[in-house]
Amino acid sequence: MKKRLLAFLLAGLMIAALTGCGSDGTEQSGDGGKSKRAQANEIAVGIAQDLDDSLDHHKAVAAGTKEVMFNVFEGLMKPTPTGELIPAVADHYTFSEDKLTYTFTLRKGVKFHNGDTVTAEDVKYSIQRVAAPAETGVVPVEALSIIAGIDTPDEETVVITLSEPSNEFLSYMTVAIEPADYTQQDTAPVGTGPFRFVSRAAQESVVLERFDEYWGTPAHLNRVTYKIIENAEGLLMGLQSGALDIVSHLSTTQVAQLGSGFTIEEGAMNLVQALYLNNAEKPFDDVRVRQALCYAIDRQEILDIAFDGYGSIINSSMYPAFGKYFVEEMNDHYTVDIAKAKALLAEAGYPDGFSMTITVPSNYKPHIDTAEVIVEQLKDIDVTAEIKLVEWESWKTDTYAGRQFQSTVVGFDAATMTARALLERWTSDYGKNMINYNDPAYDALFEQAQTCYDDAEQTALYKEMQKNLTVNAANVYIQDLADLVAVRSDLTGLQFYPIYVLDLSTVRYTA
Amino acid sequence: MKYAAKRVLMLAVTMLIVSLFAFVAFDLISGDAASAMLGMEATEEALEALREELGLNRPLLVRYVDWLSGFVTGDLGVSYNYNLPVWELVAPKILVTLCLSLMSFLLIVAVSIPLGLASVRSTGALAGVQTAFNQLCMAVPPFFTGIILSWVFGIALKWFTPGDFPSLTQNFGGAMRHMFFAAVAIAIPRIAMTVRMLRSTIVSEMEKSYVRTAISRGNDRSAVLRRHVLKNALVPVVTFLAQTMAEIVAGSIVVEQVFGIAGLGRLLVASIANRDYPVVQTLVVLLALWVVLSGTIADLINLRLDPRLKLGGDV
Repeated sequence: MKKRLLAFLLAGLMIAALTGCGSDGTEQSGDGGKSKRAQANEIAVGIAQDLDDSLDHHKAVAAGTKEVMFNVFEGLMKPTPTGELIPAVADHYTFSEDKLTYTFTLRKGVKFHNGDTVTAEDVKYSIQRVAAPAETGVVPVEALSIIAGIDTPDEETVVITLSEPSNEFLSYMTVAIEPADYTQQDTAPVGTGPFRFVSRAAQESVVLERFDEYWGTPAHLNRVTYKIIENAEGLLMGLQSGALDIVSHLSTTQVAQLGSGFTIEEGAMNLVQALYLNNAEKPFDDVRVRQALCYAIDRQEILDIAFDGYGSIINSSMYPAFGKYFVEEMNDHYTVDIAKAKALLAEAGYPDGFSMTITVPSNYKPHIDTAEVIVEQLKDIDVTAEIKLVEWESWKTDTYAGRQFQSTVVGFDAATMTARALLERWTSDYGKNMINYNDPAYDALFEQAQTCYDDAEQTALYKEMQKNLTVNAANVYIQDLADLVAVRSDLTGLQFYPIYVLDLSTVRYTA
Repeated sequence: MKYAAKRVLMLAVTMLIVSLFAFVAFDLISGDAASAMLGMEATEEALEALREELGLNRPLLVRYVDWLSGFVTGDLGVSYNYNLPVWELVAPKILVTLCLSLMSFLLIVAVSIPLGLASVRSTGALAGVQTAFNQLCMAVPPFFTGIILSWVFGIALKWFTPGDFPSLTQNFGGAMRHMFFAAVAIAIPRIAMTVRMLRSTIVSEMEKSYVRTAISRGNDRSAVLRRHVLKNALVPVVTFLAQTMAEIVAGSIVVEQVFGIAGLGRLLVASIANRDYPVVQTLVVLLALWVVLSGTIADLINLRLDPRLKLGGDV
């Protein structure tokens, strides 16, 4: 009897679980009708990685965290989708003839999300905090070390003096302005952006809400819920089931499976994807070997096979979104030429090819796919390549910081809209010059660019640096990956930026 | 009573060893919390300063003892990445994973025992079909079943919304409904295994002479099966189910990802990737506890089922 009772109990439990508690789901109400979220003017965005570092914008390092928090924080200046800089917390600025003194006048009545008004003190605090960090955990902005002093003559004026002029100084004034006397920034961030932070549930969700006292054009949406779904299938099903409205960084295969009901927006990932070569390691210490690889690897074929033709080919450490800095004509510098590649290898003393290892972080599918195509292509010049998958944290420690690798496929992004952010890393004395690139001519060009205060001249120098990288085949440059974003059809207004962010302030429901 | 004391002691020692192993293993792999927190461009000085602040520079044993004394006094530490007390981070996830695991376990027990009993009766072609189907269920990995279930029940039938796992505390019914399908995905291969195991133990038990005697004395065949045979056949099955208890948790790590369920599995994977060792240590100890406990429970049940086991005396 007891057993039978137990059986009934179990059956009851199952049924209860199966039917749940009535219709509490988030079903879409047929076609024509608006979804619950549309009625509430909310959206759900699927993201593949949790915001699991500090939410303080001065401490955040993960690209995924910065991508989300772009909506919460702003600097004195902020970037536009076209890559220009416009005043944000600052109303306007002037600079002295010698470009050593910048005077920012703050916009009147800019409010923090906690209701306080932004003062010159807050600005001073924020910039000082990253220029010369005293706190552990704050990510220093190297380029701001030229700041000699920050004065606040009154509540609305900030005067920054520099020890040497810099054309790119304003790009770094995008540093987030945070309240000076606030200590919860790590877990409950407060900024001045169009959205304010509401909550975070680890590995579950992050919620933002429109900030009604925003100084500029207010966001259209009332509320944005980021749902963390690390599994690619899960993200796809989330879109199809109606649980998600926007998912970015989709692959072409995923997009093909998606079906109707979505618009696919195509932007760029803003990454320099390359087969990075350790220039200090045999056989890549020989420029001819590196050039041979450049001639052997067919980048269009990589795009066609692994990315359904999406993506834009690059030939140096720069991607097209950088506009004036990007040297497009260099794209034809290496055209596939197996004979030439073999000749170069023979000349370098490798007539029968060699074996090499390609280290790839295991959590980045596009890089793995690219590496797989490369392995096949290199067989044409008798080079046997082997892919070694490593965990991301090991990649950062051993490959990137430790430089223990032969070659690796990854993508580098630019933290700010400056050519420096992409090109400085290969100067010989740069601390994280992973590939050990060492060319005095390249270093000299960089030095020159830093002390050149004419924009056109400086741009020309940066272009020379790119050509230097191409001609010397510092790496086998491949592409800037396409960024495919699925957006539910009743949403509009998504804008792409030349940096890795997802701005939701312009997204709105149609009609 | 002596038995229970022995058990508890063993539990404590096992957990101690496991946590030490986890600590050492964590020390051996490259990358540490400081580099995970400060990112790729961090300078060596900045990393050193942070390591100093977090106490990562101290010798392994010192750190272990420090962590252990905290753990024993109930101070689990603070997550490096989330900057939240570990307990606050872990507690809601434990609840989710516990619900999911219990649900799949109940499913396994409730489905496999009747099925196992029924399967004994079938012979010939029917048995062949059964075995084939059983093999299939065992072979398909839970994440794949999970994807199929999500498509059929989530997207086609709209019984639940994939990608929209409600919070357990705010919408218990909805969360349970969502988890039910994940539980099914985890349970299917385990059910298949249990059925097969039960069938083979029952069949071999049926051949024993006491069964023949019982039946020849005129007892009802199915009554003998239920009352005598099943009881004896259950001993290895209970042990197997205890292992299942442990493996369900491992299986849920994968299935949670497919169903977008925020449980321990995802937190564990993420905190290992981030070298967030206060979180990892706590989770490792919890999982070890789970495994050891399920073994202990199985032993206790078996003791009741078959008092002869006690005579052996060995624990």
